Amino acid sequence: MRPSRTHSRRDGTGKAKRKPVTEGTKAERRLGLLLCAPAALTMLLVAGWPIVYSFLLSFQRYDLRFPDARGWIGFDNYVTVLTNQYWWTAFTVTTVIMVVTVAIELVLGMALAMIMHRTLAARGLLRTAVLIPYGIVTVVAAYGWKYAWTPGTGWLAGFLPEDAAPLTEQIPALGIIVLAEVWKTTPFMALLLLAGLALVPDELHRAAEMDGASRWQRFTKVTLPLMKPAILVALLFRSLDAFRIYDNIYVLTNGSQSTSSVSILTYHNLIGGLNLGIGSTLSVLIFLTVTLIAFIFIKIFGATTPGTDRKERR
Amino acid sequence: MARTTSSASVASGWRPLVLGVVLATLSPLIVACGSQTSGIVINLYNGPQENFSTIIDRCNDLARGKYRIKLRQLPRHAEGQREQLVRRLAAGDAGLDVMLMDITWVAELAEAGWIREWTGEQTRQVEDGTLAKPLETGRWNNKLYAAPYNTNVQLLWYRSDLVQTPPKTWKELIEAADKLAAAGKPHYAEVTGAQYEGLVVWFNALVASAGGGIVSDDGTKGVLDAGALKALQTMKAFATSRAADPSLSNTQEQEANLAFQSGAAAFQLNWPFVYTATRDTNPQLFSKLRWAPYPGIDGPGRSPLGGAVFAVGKYSKHPKEAFEAALCLRDPVSQKIAAVKDGLPPTIRSVYDDPEFIAAYPMRDAILQALETAGQRPHTPFYQNISTTMSTVLSPPRAIDPEATLDRLRDEISDALQSKGVLP
Repeated sequence: MRPSRTHSRRDGTGKAKRKPVTEGTKAERRLGLLLCAPAALTMLLVAGWPIVYSFLLSFQRYDLRFPDARGWIGFDNYVTVLTNQYWWTAFTVTTVIMVVTVAIELVLGMALAMIMHRTLAARGLLRTAVLIPYGIVTVVAAYGWKYAWTPGTGWLAGFLPEDAAPLTEQIPALGIIVLAEVWKTTPFMALLLLAGLALVPDELHRAAEMDGASRWQRFTKVTLPLMKPAILVALLFRSLDAFRIYDNIYVLTNGSQSTSSVSILTYHNLIGGLNLGIGSTLSVLIFLTVTLIAFIFIKIFGATTPGTDRKERR
Repeated sequence: MARTTSSASVASGWRPLVLGVVLATLSPLIVACGSQTSGIVINLYNGPQENFSTIIDRCNDLARGKYRIKLRQLPRHAEGQREQLVRRLAAGDAGLDVMLMDITWVAELAEAGWIREWTGEQTRQVEDGTLAKPLETGRWNNKLYAAPYNTNVQLLWYRSDLVQTPPKTWKELIEAADKLAAAGKPHYAEVTGAQYEGLVVWFNALVASAGGGIVSDDGTKGVLDAGALKALQTMKAFATSRAADPSLSNTQEQEANLAFQSGAAAFQLNWPFVYTATRDTNPQLFSKLRWAPYPGIDGPGRSPLGGAVFAVGKYSKHPKEAFEAALCLRDPVSQKIAAVKDGLPPTIRSVYDDPEFIAAYPMRDAILQALETAGQRPHTPFYQNISTTMSTVLSPPRAIDPEATLDRLRDEISDALQSKGVLP
């Protein structure tokens, strides 16, 4: 909470003591805007228009195979989707995957970050080794997991009782999806947290040690509070990513046995079913959910980019 | 001075490259003058088929330079193939000349106006001597949109060392498995029960065998009558019996055959490719491999109908040549190559009397007989929607609750038939 409060106070004082702007500064600002314009325009074209277009499509009945039946139908698509059991199953599945993977990744990522931060020997080798899963293409890794869990051929399936086919049942399949996702993105979490760890000054640790704080106390009372901005950003990034999970599921189950994520469901309707109306409705709903998650993180937990409160407003 | 040198050296460096490009652009023309090729390339889209190039090479020779067929390979699985084709067609891709596609896509692509109707003399050529059931799959609204290439029917394959008289119904099949299990012998019957098209194929065959229907003949309404209920009861009874492999809900065609090869099963319901596959990989088991008609529910069974058809893309720039190429690719000689080398049963009746074919297909009569009654899957532009829906609702087969499942199918299929509702 503290960073955001400082933030607003500085905002207030900044406004109160605003000095008249000189001609030179004005010209500089204009140049700055001009220099930004091409990038901003490009962003508007490549990101803004598709978003608007999706919104427009979501209010239409539009199946590519039946162009004659195209027409505006208001909120019908939203009613259809929001009363549909497949959507809610997928939504629940996605939320569960998001919460579980991000929670596990936070713990594991923190442990890895501490090891990477504290280690004295072979630091480069260690950091490289940790990053390997993140460097492997998700689809390739997912195929690795898929074959590993396939009865008869896989090395992991060999540990299971005979005739067990974990990818053909909902709960075991979801377990495997979570495992694959955690294995793949923990390094990313660890990297973000490592950056946060670097912000914690060593003197504070030493001072706390002098005062007789235990290892655990130093971690919870010194490291964690100082790392909070970094942790929040890491959680935000990963939650947004995890909510849009697609490739692991596509390879591992392709959504069978009720393991669809919202993105898989969208793909099936948009690309498989060629239904632009329903498909766009689904993607708009994902967009809104992702926005909501980001909003919650920023407004309620007060997530900011690390370092913003120190050097904002130059 | 320095500048001149450098520009000169750039020029001299460019010259061979430019010459090369010019030559490369001209060379097809130069060759064309020699052998009088038109330079028309017919793009042919198909999934992997081992000896397809033999067929293409022959047709290219026969074309004598009028056109050249170039194979563009699609993914192995039908779903991936359809996805690529419909995306390109929806975007009006002119590069799609000839497509070899699953029989269940004809209505969808024809209704969307993405494939061309066969007309005149060429229609007659396709109809001439082609078996009735496969030919029907190429039609939509009484017009011919696709020319049958291969057909397919499933048979009941069994081991003669375990089974003396093959079961005629699913009930007998379950009883036979019970007896084998009691005697401690391999007793599974392999069926395609995974959540994919194969599950729909199974359900459809059972509905047809029970004399029921899934979708009305005009493809607009869900039927799902008493026959469909019987089919669901049979699936449930089978899936919970000792005949069912524990990995039934994970079994596709290949897995079914592999389980049979491994010796764990006494039966399998599968396409004729298992005959050549067993012959090539497991000679010992091959000597015991026998076949019987697809089991029924009360009376004789009706096998599922599979197969592939050739269609010409709406946006093709060379439709005339494309139709000609498709005709060649499906002529009796091509079909014989596909049948003998790749295990794909032909759609032209005369090929079944070819001595080479007879030698390679001892189950010829069983196939022809099954083709008389084989049950086609619903012929509707919404096939993709209802198929996805059905495979989701029916999976896993052991969880089927006949009455409730039928209600759910009825609801979701009627939604799917209006492209309403969300696909799973």
